[in-house]
Amino acid sequence: MTFALLLQYLVAGVTYGAIYAIVAIGFGIVYNATGIINFAQGEFVMLGGMLAVSLQAFLPLPVAVLFAVLITMGVGALVEILFIRWLDRPTVLRMIVITIGLSIGMRELALLVWGEGVRSLPYFTGDAVSALSVGDVHVSPQVLWVLGTVGVIVAFLVLFFGKTRLGRQMRACAANRDAARLCGIDAKGMVTLSFVLAAGIGALAGCVVSPITYVQYDSGTNLAIKGFTVAVLGGLGNSAAALGGGIILGVIESLSIIVLPAAYKDVVAIALLLAILVFRPAGVFGNAATARLKEHA
Amino acid sequence: MSRSRALPLAVFTALIVLVQLATGLADKGQYLTQLTMAAYYALPILGLTLLMGYAGQISIGHAGFFAIGGYVSGFLTTFNLTELSSRWWVRAAARLHLLAAGQDAFASQTLVVRAWPACIAALLITIVVAYLIGKPVLRLKGHFLAMATLGFGTIVYRLVLGTSALGAADGISDVPAFHLLPGLDVSGKSALRISNYYVAWGLVLVTVILLGNLIHSRIGRAMRAIHGAEEAATASGIDTQDTKLKMFVLSAVLAALGGVFLTHYNGGIGPSEASIMKSVRMVAIVAIGGMANLWGALIMGVALNFLSMRGSFGSYDDAVFGVILLLIMLLSPQGLLRADLARRLVRMVSRRPKEPVT
Amino acid sequence: MNLLTVKGLGKSFGGLRAVDDVGFAVATGTIKAVIGPNGAGKSTLFNLVFGAIVPDQGSVEFAGTRLAAGRPHRSVSAGMARTFQHIRLFPQMTALENVMVGRHTRSRSGFLSSLVPLPWTRREERAIRAEALSAMQFLGIQALAESDATHLAYGEQRSVELARALASQPKLLLLDEPAAGLNMRETVDLGKLIRRIRDSGVTVLLVEHDMGLVMGISDEIVVLCQGQKIAEDKPLAIQKNPEVVRAYLGDDDA
Repeated sequence: MTFALLLQYLVAGVTYGAIYAIVAIGFGIVYNATGIINFAQGEFVMLGGMLAVSLQAFLPLPVAVLFAVLITMGVGALVEILFIRWLDRPTVLRMIVITIGLSIGMRELALLVWGEGVRSLPYFTGDAVSALSVGDVHVSPQVLWVLGTVGVIVAFLVLFFGKTRLGRQMRACAANRDAARLCGIDAKGMVTLSFVLAAGIGALAGCVVSPITYVQYDSGTNLAIKGFTVAVLGGLGNSAAALGGGIILGVIESLSIIVLPAAYKDVVAIALLLAILVFRPAGVFGNAATARLKEHA
Repeated sequence: MSRSRALPLAVFTALIVLVQLATGLADKGQYLTQLTMAAYYALPILGLTLLMGYAGQISIGHAGFFAIGGYVSGFLTTFNLTELSSRWWVRAAARLHLLAAGQDAFASQTLVVRAWPACIAALLITIVVAYLIGKPVLRLKGHFLAMATLGFGTIVYRLVLGTSALGAADGISDVPAFHLLPGLDVSGKSALRISNYYVAWGLVLVTVILLGNLIHSRIGRAMRAIHGAEEAATASGIDTQDTKLKMFVLSAVLAALGGVFLTHYNGGIGPSEASIMKSVRMVAIVAIGGMANLWGALIMGVALNFLSMRGSFGSYDDAVFGVILLLIMLLSPQGLLRADLARRLVRMVSRRPKEPVT
Repeated sequence: MNLLTVKGLGKSFGGLRAVDDVGFAVATGTIKAVIGPNGAGKSTLFNLVFGAIVPDQGSVEFAGTRLAAGRPHRSVSAGMARTFQHIRLFPQMTALENVMVGRHTRSRSGFLSSLVPLPWTRREERAIRAEALSAMQFLGIQALAESDATHLAYGEQRSVELARALASQPKLLLLDEPAAGLNMRETVDLGKLIRRIRDSGVTVLLVEHDMGLVMGISDEIVVLCQGQKIAEDKPLAIQKNPEVVRAYLGDDDA
């Protein structure tokens, strides 16, 4: 194991970890607004990638990505309006099952439309073999695209929730829905907005990472589990902690190849999730949102 | 046992016998095979009904327990210990009558674990695993159990798929018959089709009776209380964590039991039995059957699994169950066969004429 | 003889000191009330005594032993029972089944013996049913036994919840605002009922806002204000206590 190889693994881990962080952030946005974990969050990522692949066949790449994100945001709004909005104080169990059903539904639809094959977007800059080299370490420029995009997303969210009126309204709704409504905030609209936002960032992440990882109709489930692991690590509702947790998970997963057969790589995230639940359910970073998730239903 | 419980059991038993006779007359023997398999799939479904409908906890990984049952018993009854026959633990096992010697298709010596000890081992392992997962996770909010069980199911699937000792993608085959009792074998031989049918459905019937006993007992009341108003249950002195854990373990054991028997019946098991979609199917069936409704889940389970096995859903198999789940949860979370409606119907039929109908 | 002794209880939530160094005792066979203006910390104190939340400081001693906090079901086994301010009955169960759950700590049949009922579990089940019914008879609501618990009228639901608490044959009964939502006549009946419960050998600790009820039936009253105990005395003395009056009516002349 040369140092250069180790760094390669690290880079890969950080790249994947950034995507897991986006999924966790998506979970957090919807959870803060509604109190539910949307199991279909992984499917938004998958949809973004798949749609962009289909669109770029006849649109320039940036436009294809833009439209893919917009369409997925529309799907997010649709999902909320059709399936979530009119439920009257549903139980946790019911919500879990509904979002699982949505996840499966979207997955089967994707199978119907796109088949079983793997897809990927062309590299944003360069191609599959182009690489930026620092000594013996070769990094694809796409990695920089991924990290850059994730960084921009996180910065945007911090600004949005911190400085804009709309963002503050969403936070108000999350903190106390009835009080927010009394202040004239459209609580139902906020919920829809949360789904739209979560879908958008997921789709963008899916587009930017697809040249490296490929997307498939069932890519969503894995992402959901890993995103949840990051959320449990403390990243629910806290973008910074999500990034940190995501990178930790990505790196651990990437380095696990050293000791485990590659076939078991996906198991690492789940084992980590179960281990955290057993030993430190307060989460590694532990914040208020994750703590609320801990209470009895 | 009250009238309202005994009546459906009697009707169901009669139905089982009638179906068998009918298939015999119509010479549709292969239906029996599929119905037998459906019976073994009904066991995890009944366990899940207890867990989801009565105890109010969710598990999206029950196929994992089913697979543990099947793979452990399948592995133990096919793994040839002849090479290791000089080891002390193999000799000890032989002395305890846990092993069976034989010859395989190539006339070479085989030494495997007998079916009964393998079955017990599978169930014990299931108890331990379910306890280890359940204990930390059950005290957290529902999402955690959902994700933890989803994760657990995925781990089992990946493990059996990726481990060559367990047959990897091909799974385990040539699993011998399960000698239940002298003269009563669980196996796929067509000559034993009828007796196997009754063994399977007998097992289901016994399970329904036992679970019914549980539901109407002190522990069953405690479980329903936890589901209905957990804080009030605690305030009545119920140890909620302990009760939830026991329900989880019981439902896991039932799933594993189904796995053990089905593996012997089919003569093998493959990784697809552990897939998440199989778990989701079970959840869908419990949901559509009425959540807290053993009979509903049973009827729906048999109907849907039977149709699925006959290929009626074609390549949309998974999609059908996913859509069912979604629709039921959205529109009628109490399920189609509402437990309270069914109860009223049964009470109407079994009451003496003078008593008022509720 | 003191059945319950509370010493130096303290609990903070975030920056808020909900209960601050509260101590008092409840003598066996008496009725003790805890009163105070809104936000005084009565519910928190109630939950601390019951063991539902863990105190930051202090201890609760019940029937001679120190109570392990955070495990309320053990408090019930030790002999406490409680009712809720907002009624918590079990849905999809009859009133009788609700009360039968109250017998949980007085019965033993476990998991395995419930799967395959043996003669002794059947006998115990019959005994549970009979005891639950007699708890309902004590309150005069036995006619409601087979009704769906959550479909009953408000007052009837309150009685069912009380029967459930009494079914466990507690030494100490904790009542959380039992008069909430009752009219004057019902409150008078409630007062008589609580006295009957006390006379049957159950010690009562109640949190209540209705002054008429509290003054009428309590042997002693504890007054909380902003998390601290400001008085503990007989009802007449409490009424004359200037600190108490000030706590309720405010200090300013505005």
